[in-house]
Amino acid sequence: MKKLFAAASVLALSATGAMAQELNIYNWGNYTNPKLIEKFEAETGIKVTITDYDSNDTALAKVKAGGHGFDIVVPSATYVPIWVSEGLLEETRPDEMENFSNVDPVWIDVPWDEGRHYTVPWQWGTTGVAVNTKYYDGDIDTSAIFMDPPEELKGKINVVPEMGDVMGLAIMYYGGEPCTNDKEILKQVRDGLVEAKKSWLGMDYGNIEKFAKEDVWAGVNWNGSTFRMRLANEDIAYGYPKEGYVVWMDSVAVLKDAQNMEEAKTFQNFIMEPENAALISEFARYANGITGSEEFMPEDMKTAREINIPAELKDKGTFLPTCDPDTQALYTRIWTDLQK
Amino acid sequence: MSDMALNTPPEPGALELEEAQQDNRSRWLLALPAMVIIGCFATLPLLVMLVYAFLTPGDYGNVVWKFSTDGWVSVLLQRDIFDDTLMWADAHLSIFWRSLRLSLITTILTLIFGVPTAWFIATRPREKRQFWLFLVTVPFWTNLLVRTIAIQELIRSEGVINLILLKIGIIDEPIQMMFTDFAIGFGMTYVYLPLMVLPVYAAVDKLDFRLVEAAHDLYAGRWTAFRRVILPLIKPGIIAGSILVFIPCLGAYVTPRVLGGGKNLMFGNLIELQFGAGRNWPLGAALSLTLMAIVMVALIYYVRVTSREREDV
Repeated sequence: MKKLFAAASVLALSATGAMAQELNIYNWGNYTNPKLIEKFEAETGIKVTITDYDSNDTALAKVKAGGHGFDIVVPSATYVPIWVSEGLLEETRPDEMENFSNVDPVWIDVPWDEGRHYTVPWQWGTTGVAVNTKYYDGDIDTSAIFMDPPEELKGKINVVPEMGDVMGLAIMYYGGEPCTNDKEILKQVRDGLVEAKKSWLGMDYGNIEKFAKEDVWAGVNWNGSTFRMRLANEDIAYGYPKEGYVVWMDSVAVLKDAQNMEEAKTFQNFIMEPENAALISEFARYANGITGSEEFMPEDMKTAREINIPAELKDKGTFLPTCDPDTQALYTRIWTDLQK
Repeated sequence: MSDMALNTPPEPGALELEEAQQDNRSRWLLALPAMVIIGCFATLPLLVMLVYAFLTPGDYGNVVWKFSTDGWVSVLLQRDIFDDTLMWADAHLSIFWRSLRLSLITTILTLIFGVPTAWFIATRPREKRQFWLFLVTVPFWTNLLVRTIAIQELIRSEGVINLILLKIGIIDEPIQMMFTDFAIGFGMTYVYLPLMVLPVYAAVDKLDFRLVEAAHDLYAGRWTAFRRVILPLIKPGIIAGSILVFIPCLGAYVTPRVLGGGKNLMFGNLIELQFGAGRNWPLGAALSLTLMAIVMVALIYYVRVTSREREDV
């Protein structure tokens, strides 16, 4: 009985503990610098809990289901309009926050959040291809790496199962526009992907270690993630497909039903500080969209090919729009056909 | 049945009847908490699924409250994306077939490894059995995901198995084991093996070895004794074990995802796809219920078969 009472009082204590300042962040896995969180906790006294997700859809589905207890979420650009139209985000007006002047003007009037009324830039990057050059030394600036793989790489390719990115790359490979519903092109895309898949090893997330240990030699991957692979295994290089590659940005938004609204806003303002934005990039190795953060970043990021897009390939990048539901349904069908 | 007729008790008196009623009532009361939990956490969610399966998918997940049977239809049929002809949903069917095949293989493998293990344990001296049984439960102490990732370390290209084989010189270059159906089968066999060992052990434990001796006395060889005497007696344990392994395999999610590389979907992953990127909850719900219906048919068949056997005895 005594034990029971003790347990109950511990519970009661932790319940009052919830009255103290807390912040629950729901972010992509392996994406948040622990040092950033330590600094935030030290400066504000707010205790942070981080929960991981592995795809935009997982995050959207979980939050929509309700009862999640999260305050902050970090959706990709294409998904922000969905989050807003579904009424899941609080209009926190980051554009009126103290540190907003640090945001690079390029990233203010963005199509997914005109004038930044909801979201703050977290990181931006590209989806291209990663290749282990020890096994293949040909041209890597092409989606043919996974759509029509060279003999050397067959059976060692991994494609991240991010439907939007992969469909985007494949559509551009066949000369279409992202979100197209042109059946001619989509048929090519489906047949092309189904044929290419025979040379793939897997469709999985969490690749840094598998590339570094050479379980996987090539595949569709993100630039910062490839950067981290290269730091672990210097043979790995990042390619920007000249047929078109995907540019994306993940932004920090506050949920409408956040339990810790003020703390969440504090966090949004906190990460617009150049020194803090640099911490974000230092860990995940993507650029962040905050001017002045460069000088706090590690030296090796200033010259890295993964971060600095070669001049001749700069205009080949495309921001994916949000596809309409009918087109999305078509893409899901192709995606299921691909994974059957 | 004839036994029962002989032992029919005398007509109970009024007092006894009341006692029996009271007994009955307290039994119901005792069962109440379990029933409430099952009602709230198993039946209600199932009802929600059932309702959702008949609704229209929302644009970005969730459902719209409009009746539709599309979810059910697309479990089996689909319109071709390109020429609009109605045809079998061969993506769903081939994914289901893969799940079924891998589950069957896993069940057979756990039988091959599990039955001798259970036999070994059950034939140890009584005081040693506890120790062996305890060893069987050791894997349950660690989280499933952690164990699955540990298997990855074993079978990866630079993993333990490949390194040893390379050192001995049996192979010249690493064998690709990770991200194959072999990896999924290997992982699931490992994970579900205890679920086979335990029921079979219980059956062997109850086996009256005098019957085996009797068989030998009647000139049955080892094989005949096994086939005609032992196997029929431990069959309920084998069937129970097979069901315990087969059913969770059909819906397995973590092991195929981690070891299979996500390239070839299993049924559980297909359902997840509908609730996630696919944004088609009604189809997801219909697929789950279909899986449940199949499992239920298999279970009813099992109950029928075993109860018929009991009548035969």
